[in-house]
Amino acid sequence: MAKELKPTEEQLAYAVWLDLGMKIGLILLIITFGLYVFEILPPFIPISQLPKVWGLNVHQYLQVTGIQPGWSWLKYLDRGDFLNFLPLAMLAGLTIICFIRILPLYLKKKDYLYGALTILQILVLLLAASGLLRVGGH
Amino acid sequence: MSEAGSSSGSSWQRILITFIFAVVLSIIVISGISDYHVFGAEAPQKVIEGETSLPFWVWPLLLFVVTFVLGIIAVLGGVGGGVLFVPIVGGFFPFNLDFVRGAGLLVALSGALAAGPGLLRRGLADLRLSIPLALIASSSAIVGAMIGLSLPKNVVNILLGLTILAIVVIMFTAKKSEYPQVEKPDSLSQALRIYGIYYEPAKGREIEWKVHRTPLALLLFVVIGVMAGMFGLGAGWANVPVLNLLMGVPLKVAVSTSKFLLSITDTTAAWIYLNSGAIIPMIVVPSIIGIMLGSIIGVRILTVVKPKVIRWIVIGLLTFSGLRALLKGLGIWT
Repeated sequence: MAKELKPTEEQLAYAVWLDLGMKIGLILLIITFGLYVFEILPPFIPISQLPKVWGLNVHQYLQVTGIQPGWSWLKYLDRGDFLNFLPLAMLAGLTIICFIRILPLYLKKKDYLYGALTILQILVLLLAASGLLRVGGH
Repeated sequence: MSEAGSSSGSSWQRILITFIFAVVLSIIVISGISDYHVFGAEAPQKVIEGETSLPFWVWPLLLFVVTFVLGIIAVLGGVGGGVLFVPIVGGFFPFNLDFVRGAGLLVALSGALAAGPGLLRRGLADLRLSIPLALIASSSAIVGAMIGLSLPKNVVNILLGLTILAIVVIMFTAKKSEYPQVEKPDSLSQALRIYGIYYEPAKGREIEWKVHRTPLALLLFVVIGVMAGMFGLGAGWANVPVLNLLMGVPLKVAVSTSKFLLSITDTTAAWIYLNSGAIIPMIVVPSIIGIMLGSIIGVRILTVVKPKVIRWIVIGLLTFSGLRALLKGLGIWT
């Protein structure tokens, strides 16, 4: 099979979506952090109290702060600190979106092997993101 | 003209090395100040009732400064930000290692996401090569993250220290091959149609590549994924030798594909940390911004500093912080 110097259609599509999502995510991250650090939105944990909890392990931290793990932060988006989870989750979710974008391209080319690998990768990423697999600390 | 350039380059180097030295010195001093908190981490009530010896804003500010310098060093030393971030911040800041590893993963992830589009567009990172390896590594990273968050802190510190010291050994001993010879691609890589071509400006021609030993590489990516998830280190230090020396991928493609792979491997582990509550925005966001700004500056001064000097700084920092983690885990230097 002849090799082409130009990246494949799916590689370029992946790059375009990754580029766009990453830029939006980073801009949002800076904005939400500004809202948090200048206390424009009140945080769930007062900033001055953070040194009392950031030395704890996750289990103790969750117990002391009363924070629920998983996707419960969605309920507290009016809090400055939890609002930062939105761009962080966006950055962490970007790969899923990029893989969903390239799946039809593989299927259109009848590249079923890579189509199947892409579906498996999406499932693994969704499983990780689902919150079903989490550790309550030690 | 060239003398002026050389003199400007050497004064840049002096400024940079003095700055790095000052930061290293300050984190050693900080380690003394933060001992109270590190000890307190194992006794929650004491920490909650205790008063901090420094104003709370000092730590995020210092974190920003340190990660900014780490960003510069990482680019100049040719290593990922995550591999420096976790042992140094974990060893010398008062944050629990759970949050440091969560932040380390997001730092490595952000760097990989930022670099990914350019590398993919230029054909240096290869999606077809990445997908099977990423599937294995990202699945294993989930297991690694869950193990890391379940183990006692001292065990994680010991394992982290040993891993960092092993990375130093790899940095000393691992050879690199710019254009490895692959006589016959293996049948799995042929079935997956993993091969490619890229333009090499240094040679002024196109370089074709193919790979071998794919099944063994897939097995090694299980280990790499587990370690990436467990320690939040990123995994470029392991990805590149496997891609380049084992599979026979040209060095440039190996480094680029490794960087892109991190954006997938670290994603799954980052989700486990995020969903387990091991993310504190006040630790994560200054680190991401600091290391990214540092990387931008690092790229700009790349041409005026001697890579060998920076490489020794990286090795020194890793050895020191690796020993710190090991001794902390063993209860010798808490």
